Amino acid sequence: MPDSRRPVWWAALGGLLALALGTASVVAQSAQETAREIERYREAVADSSPGELWEARGEDLWKMPRGPRNVSLERCDLGQGPGVVAGALARLPRWFADADRVMDLETRLLHCMVTLQGLDPAVLRRQPFGNGEQRSDFEALSAWIAAQSRGMTLAPPLDHPAERAAWRLGRELFFVRGGTHDFACTTCHAQSGRRIRLQELPNLSRPEEARRVLGTWPAYRVSQGEMRTLQWRMNDCFRQQRFPDLVFGSEVSVALVSYLLHNASGAALAAPGVRR
Amino acid sequence: MRRLLARALSALQRTSARALCLVLGSVALSLVLAACVVGPPQTMPREPGDAQRVRAALSASFVARGQAGLDRLEQDLAQRLCSEAEAAGKPLSDDRVQAIERENQALIRWPAAGTPLLGDWRSGERIAQSGVGRQWSDAPDVPAGGNCYACHQLSPDEFSYGTLGPSLLRYAVLRAQMPRTELERYTYGRIYNPQAWLACSNMPRFGSHGILTQDQIRDLVALLLAPDSPINR
Repeated sequence: MPDSRRPVWWAALGGLLALALGTASVVAQSAQETAREIERYREAVADSSPGELWEARGEDLWKMPRGPRNVSLERCDLGQGPGVVAGALARLPRWFADADRVMDLETRLLHCMVTLQGLDPAVLRRQPFGNGEQRSDFEALSAWIAAQSRGMTLAPPLDHPAERAAWRLGRELFFVRGGTHDFACTTCHAQSGRRIRLQELPNLSRPEEARRVLGTWPAYRVSQGEMRTLQWRMNDCFRQQRFPDLVFGSEVSVALVSYLLHNASGAALAAPGVRR
Repeated sequence: MRRLLARALSALQRTSARALCLVLGSVALSLVLAACVVGPPQTMPREPGDAQRVRAALSASFVARGQAGLDRLEQDLAQRLCSEAEAAGKPLSDDRVQAIERENQALIRWPAAGTPLLGDWRSGERIAQSGVGRQWSDAPDVPAGGNCYACHQLSPDEFSYGTLGPSLLRYAVLRAQMPRTELERYTYGRIYNPQAWLACSNMPRFGSHGILTQDQIRDLVALLLAPDSPINR
């Protein structure tokens, strides 16, 4: 953070403290405090986020020859032509002729690792999400690729019938209640201004709110010390919905990601972001 | 100016209701048409096949893990009808509301005669705080929590509460006019199976779906109703 901003920072902190001590409405205050704390953390790490470690490893993984065929991912076509990384995230998910299906970023990476490098998909699916020492190549690669679309406008294509079908399937899935608790995506994400505990919940069917959150994924999760992708977000929401385990890169995961990213169309990409 | 307004008003009164409906109808229709042509993807109409594709996609996209089997993707009547109505953006018909509420009323199991409906509010507070249970990552033999604070305000001492459900602060005080036995039975049943009263409620059916035991629900009833519970103090 530049030094010139520091006095403003402390003044704001002082103001907040005075406000916190002076108010009777402690409850609303503490909810706002949490949101502000995260915002403050975001600002503090904006110039040197821990996410940069994932970005650096992602770049290495992209360029490093790997797998039985000992080739790099530099011939991987993310939709803008083989090897083109700049702007790729802004135009995903999309339909790929070579696979004849709609793919999001992580699903496409999985496809490239299998078809170009000859890696085993079953083995790759076993470690899609990092957990401390066990690191995920998908999270690192996604972080680096996302950074190459920073500042661009999110505009996933909807021209191909399969892209429209994925969006429509995603919309249906958004409403599906199931599991022991009757939860659907809508239970938490169809109203504005609600919270779980102190965590604010975005109404993801509203473009303004979808744009605000989705432009920052993949994101570094402070509470977990991990870089997380949208595939992880879908998987972990369903875990908390008490559904069975969502398969990495499955039709449901890609359809929901399509629905959400299209709702957020027009968002300024600022990924990898920093979240709670 | 005033005369102009008065004339406009009387002209409006002369217009028959039918004509007004026609005008409003055509305005609405043209708005819908305009949205179809230039609108964002949100206006893409639902097609009859969409709901059917969901079943196939679900069974192809999940695997059983831990205690969460694929049977959890099978929807019961309430889950199916509520999802469908919400996706269509239309309220359920009265018939369907009654069918759901009748079916769920029949699922409520009451404690044995003579067992008080109020358990221990201190244990209830612990159940209200705990969010574990029924996820594939949870140990299946550990008792589940109710996670009430995720959505409701309860004790005034707990600041970290959600707002998806209504505040339950002073729950019993605010319902003091209700006959006590009735209030106790309503509260127990409302936690055991909320959809017996409110079809498509967002609240889990804690008893009917085997999330909480009868005794755990009695402890939560005590948390809500006991005079010395922090909620009513």
